[in-house]
Amino acid sequence: MSASRDAAGMDATSEPGEASSTAEQVVPLRRPWTWAASAFTVLVACGVFYSVATNPGFQWPVVAKYMLDEEILAGLARTLELTVAAMAMGLIIGTLLAVMRLSGNPLLSTLSWLYIWFFRSVPVLVQLIFWYNFGALYPRIMLQIPFGPVLYSASTNAVITPLTAALAGLGLAQAAYTAEVIRAGIVSVPQGQTRAAKALGMRWATIFFRIIFPQAMRVIIPPVGNEVISMVKNTSLVSVIALAELLYTAQLIYSRTYETIPLLIVASLWYLVIVSVLSVGQHFLERHYRHRT
Amino acid sequence: MTEPMVRIRGLTKRYSGREVLRGIDLDVPAGSVMCLIGPSGSGKSTLLSCINHLERIDGGRLWVGGELVGYREHNGRLHELPERQIARMRQKVGMVFQHFNLFPHMTALQNVAEAPIRVKRMSAAEARRRGMLLLDRVGLAAKHARFPAQLSGGEQQRVAIARALAMEPQLMLFDEATSALDPELVGEVLAVMKDLARSGMTMVVVTHELAFAREVGDMLTFMDAGVVVERGPPREVLSAPREPRTQEFLSRVL
Repeated sequence: MSASRDAAGMDATSEPGEASSTAEQVVPLRRPWTWAASAFTVLVACGVFYSVATNPGFQWPVVAKYMLDEEILAGLARTLELTVAAMAMGLIIGTLLAVMRLSGNPLLSTLSWLYIWFFRSVPVLVQLIFWYNFGALYPRIMLQIPFGPVLYSASTNAVITPLTAALAGLGLAQAAYTAEVIRAGIVSVPQGQTRAAKALGMRWATIFFRIIFPQAMRVIIPPVGNEVISMVKNTSLVSVIALAELLYTAQLIYSRTYETIPLLIVASLWYLVIVSVLSVGQHFLERHYRHRT
Repeated sequence: MTEPMVRIRGLTKRYSGREVLRGIDLDVPAGSVMCLIGPSGSGKSTLLSCINHLERIDGGRLWVGGELVGYREHNGRLHELPERQIARMRQKVGMVFQHFNLFPHMTALQNVAEAPIRVKRMSAAEARRRGMLLLDRVGLAAKHARFPAQLSGGEQQRVAIARALAMEPQLMLFDEATSALDPELVGEVLAVMKDLARSGMTMVVVTHELAFAREVGDMLTFMDAGVVVERGPPREVLSAPREPRTQEFLSRVL
């Protein structure tokens, strides 16, 4: 006993006979404010829940009636379509912009920079209204070989429907954001990968699609997942140009029935459902890419 | 006299105005092993990258297998070659890097089979069959399904050698292939390189392994500050260096 104490040289203060195997009893610090804050929070939460459940203004029966209403479901489908189409546009144009930005060509790189600067600076809501009124700026849209024959010509108002205006507004702005994410992903792949691929005799298209892009995906996927979730909600902006997505459909119904609050709740619940499903999907996608290699 | 595999005449290379290679002349006969040694910053790795045109040259001429690298000479002027022809030239030259540079999203076998499939248009089945033979040759057939992150440094470098060999090159370039390895893993990579040299492969090896240079090298070139200071049979250069700069370098390393 004394020998070991001398060897340790540090527990000289410990009383002889005190067994070192039993855990010491530590009295935790009392934290009254933590308890007070918890009690207060629970109280507030109960109050909110009680009010939501009992306030007849919420009109829960009306909410239930419209949750699976045909018009609402059609609006929901339109919201999902817009999300997918605008994200697809954003990814394709964004990849193009990212490659332009990283190319050695100063003209292409500057053009890409200008695009990103412009479409990230002007609010999407403004862009949407702008596209919707494009006909006031250019009454006709033409595809023409310079000083040559006209290949295609149409009235702008015939081409720019609410749907095309919505896609242009959401997709072109999304491309600017996605371009930056993709650029960061491409830059994150070490230079040695390109050197190794070149040394094997690969050409740029093979190097980009087989070597660089799959590795960049690991960096690109998580932020793009976030962008998809943002896009679901951004589609509601399209209601200002009278495209019947989820929010505008709800607005159409309550303008007839004056059941404003319950229909806004219906729309909110659907947004909650979509975003929750996507969040779970993103979680698994991220885990998949983290565990790889 | 037969054409050497690599012929370099008056090669210069500049990085933003600074000359890192200043008039290199070098011949590597087919079937021989040339070792390049020298202090860091002497330009030996840059010279290696010029041989397969990963670095552009600023002056002089460089031929691999009798073909001018990266350019076409017409009326005494050099014209840049299109990417397609440069890529075709690179197929003849395998390269192994200090940091392996394996493709991390592919298994060992996929790493080896990728270039034959994409570049040589070989069928996937045939590329995999040959890939397995090459992995077997470097002693890694059993680990063909592993990703690079699941392999040790020495194993990764052996996969990288197999990957380069899959293109059936006439010339292999080794850029400090063992410098990033833990000391106990250096031997297995050197053994593969020795084996390759014995099979008659033409090799240019940038290395700090003087024992390897002495044993395997047919020629040894000592570079410093962008010029070739001394060259000769490895035993002579290493045991009895003539130039003071070589003597000084060897006294520091040995």
